[in-house]
Amino acid sequence: MSVLSLATRRLAKASITNTRLFSSSSIKLQAEPLQKPVLNKEFKIYRWNPDEPSKKPTLQSYTIDLNQTGPMILDALIKIKNEIDPTLTFRRSCREGICGSCAMNIDGQNTLACLCRIDRNASKDSKIYPLPHMYIVKDLVPDLTLFYKQYKSIQPYLQNDNPPEKGEFLQSQEDRRKLDGLYECILCACCSTSCPSYWWNQDEYLGPATLMQAYRWIADSRDSNAAKRKELLQNEMSMYRCHTIFNCSRTCPKGLNPAAAIAKIKLELSAD
Amino acid sequence: MLSTRVLGLAPSLRQAAFAPARNQVLKTVIRSSIARRSVQTQSLKPEDGTTILNNQRLLRPSSPHFTIYQPQLTWIGSIFNRATGVALGALLYGFSLSYLVAPGTFDSVHVIEFVSGLPDAVKYTGKFLLALPFSYHSFNGLRHLAWDAGKFLTVKGAYSTGYAVLGATALSSAYLAFM
Repeated sequence: MSVLSLATRRLAKASITNTRLFSSSSIKLQAEPLQKPVLNKEFKIYRWNPDEPSKKPTLQSYTIDLNQTGPMILDALIKIKNEIDPTLTFRRSCREGICGSCAMNIDGQNTLACLCRIDRNASKDSKIYPLPHMYIVKDLVPDLTLFYKQYKSIQPYLQNDNPPEKGEFLQSQEDRRKLDGLYECILCACCSTSCPSYWWNQDEYLGPATLMQAYRWIADSRDSNAAKRKELLQNEMSMYRCHTIFNCSRTCPKGLNPAAAIAKIKLELSAD
Repeated sequence: MLSTRVLGLAPSLRQAAFAPARNQVLKTVIRSSIARRSVQTQSLKPEDGTTILNNQRLLRPSSPHFTIYQPQLTWIGSIFNRATGVALGALLYGFSLSYLVAPGTFDSVHVIEFVSGLPDAVKYTGKFLLALPFSYHSFNGLRHLAWDAGKFLTVKGAYSTGYAVLGATALSSAYLAFM
């Protein structure tokens, strides 16, 4: 350490003569940077290991220094995995809220770990659970197979038997605006897994994320299959398990409004 | 190195080093000197992988839900709406059916006589306990009708109407209890 500081000091002295410096005096130049104080915060993270299935899921506690960590919950998770416990398992990819991989329940709310700031109040611990009422693959990784199957079941692609003779499907600006607030969904499953109706009936009820995408295709002026799409939802379970609870819109990390989309499908179905 | 390149011996030397016979000897020497791996692998058919996965799936847990989810006006209000609906329904059906079974004891005259004999504190508490679910369920019903008509379909709308329902419920329950 002393050798190193000696070397840097010498370097500094040498550079004073050669280059222009931003420090007003040589003493200020030699001052060591201020170390940020240690700010330890406890994170309690849901753990379950499929290799030891008889062990019940537990909350494991990790304490890290927030001043040596990035600002987001995902930074904390990555720090814990890198420095404390490499067995901690979670999904992550883009770290900027566009892939939807790191969806989890943080301090009681579903959100993306990469968009969720760490609460700097170090006296309170942060609890991190996987998305609620989902089968667990490991730790914070839920099994989304059913969620994706439900999305597939609404046929999320353009269906039109009369394509234009030449070129692409055209759409007025007004019709295009109807898709705003619908197409931005990244299918992170935060909304569906925040919905109590989806907790109790996820085998039959499609859930807010899938229903909003169903409406995205019903509302699209280029799609000619709206009648068939509505017919698929015209039963007791698929959509009508929605009781306008609004947990979905409240929790959406992208600020979308699935509850309103479902209400609009209900309005359209009532007019049929 | 320089000398071999100058003399043009490099290709032949290289060939000798990688001659098949010598290579084989080298391999066996390396293999015997390194201890065997302690982890034994097991060969599986593709179907076996599915079986292992399925067995793992039978044991996997479901993540916690309402016990860890943050209490919010949205879903707590919805649960309360359901509970009050069930309670009011049970009261209506219970009272109607008991009147059907024993009209002598559950007719208006007897009920009024029974209630008038109760102390004031019990009367007001009982009235409040009846008025609260009735008020909440009625006002929240109006909120649901507004939603079904396409009004207040935003998070802000849901919260402002939610607080309005709570306020109206408090006022109306108090009024009904002291009526």
